[in-house]
Amino acid sequence: MKQKGWKDLVPGSVILEGGSAAKFKTGSWRAFRPVWKEEHCIQWVKVKDGKRGEFDYDYCKGCGICALECPGKKGIKAIVMVEEGK
Amino acid sequence: MAKVVAVTGNEACANALRQVNPDVCGIYPITPQTDMMQRFASFIADGKVDTEPILVESEHSSMSACIGASAAGGRVVTATSSQGLALMWEMLHIASGDRLPIIMPLVNRALSAPLNIHGDHSDGMGARDTGWIQLWSENAQEAYDNTIQAFRIGEHMDIRLPVMICLDGFIISHSIERMEYLEDDEVKNFVGEFKNMYPLLDLDKPKSYGPLILTDLYHEYKRAQHEVMLKVKDVVLGVAKDFEKLSGRKYGLFESYRLEDADIALVIVNSAAGTSKDVIDEFRSKGIKAGLLKPRLFRPFPYDEVAEALKNTKAVCVMDRADSFGGYGPLFMEISSALYQLKERPLMINKIYGLGGRDYLPSHAELVLNELNEIAQNGKIRTIKEYIGVRE
Repeated sequence: MKQKGWKDLVPGSVILEGGSAAKFKTGSWRAFRPVWKEEHCIQWVKVKDGKRGEFDYDYCKGCGICALECPGKKGIKAIVMVEEGK
Repeated sequence: MAKVVAVTGNEACANALRQVNPDVCGIYPITPQTDMMQRFASFIADGKVDTEPILVESEHSSMSACIGASAAGGRVVTATSSQGLALMWEMLHIASGDRLPIIMPLVNRALSAPLNIHGDHSDGMGARDTGWIQLWSENAQEAYDNTIQAFRIGEHMDIRLPVMICLDGFIISHSIERMEYLEDDEVKNFVGEFKNMYPLLDLDKPKSYGPLILTDLYHEYKRAQHEVMLKVKDVVLGVAKDFEKLSGRKYGLFESYRLEDADIALVIVNSAAGTSKDVIDEFRSKGIKAGLLKPRLFRPFPYDEVAEALKNTKAVCVMDRADSFGGYGPLFMEISSALYQLKERPLMINKIYGLGGRDYLPSHAELVLNELNEIAQNGKIRTIKEYIGVRE
């Protein structure tokens, strides 16, 4: 793709479309990856068809809120954060 | 029909803003500007304008609110001075980088420390590189006229940049002068309906302001910003032409006073130019060919036109009411840059005067013109940069 020159730019660096954040995959920011442990899952937050949603690793920044909030089963978490590269 | 009045510079600017009737105004007090926004707030309270006031907790917030309102799609104004402008600093760059035509009278005042509320140009000159258009004003009339013209300049669809209108603190902001107001309808027609470029509140066309742009495109955006500034001169002259038809008052990129055949010249902005012109007249009556150049458009700076205007002089003194400690005065640097491109150029000196509101007297102009006269005759400069009116 040809890169834009200074004459091709929208004044004021305004982005003239909605939802353009989808074009920027933030998954590369992640240092810790959420991993699902099915055996400890009670399907606490139901997203689709009465089941939990899948992680989208293209955009997941690895903030860890899902793992923090996960109640797990009998005190054992169903989402754990694993360091990337391990 | 023009209406002749006796008003302060603050009152004149507040009335210009009333006549324009902007959508939103960020308001925060700071001496010597306070009285301008106070008067404008009275217009709002009395129903003379439809402006939405945003009363903020600091100038940083004021400029932030103005940026939001302007990006939303409004015609937006505010005013400030000195520390207030300094506190706005990071937001000034965002207003210009986002290409938002916010209009802001700046009542020039010295910067701390030591604390000083009086007029000098440290604040405005310090904002040189913020990407704002700057118009400087000698008196209340010029401050009023520049404020009105600023809307047409900043809001021009080829420009879309914020504009600062500079006037001297207390000397102009608080002194009562004779001047002429235009009729309300005349101003309304002159500035016209506000046109939007990319309003956030146009919900059918979603958009984002202020994205993250890193090494891939930032350099290109800044190059584009410079290009827009290069178009400002022609717009300023076009607007001035229309304004002359309306008011009879002529404006350019700068004022040339008795400069055509001058051997020696002063370059000086704002109120002190008025005092200097009287002294220029005295020297002319003694047969000394003295002239004066008073910059009006300081950013973008009209280098070629200034060089053309000063090219036949033998000696020039650039008078700065602001300092760059360890450097030359800010105006001197611009004039030097302009003249350096000439094959033959005048000898130049730089005088720092009137810091923190120290009086600038006709005797100061006389001293400088006498020194210039000597330099023109013997070709020798004693010291390039000196302070005048300072005690040893």
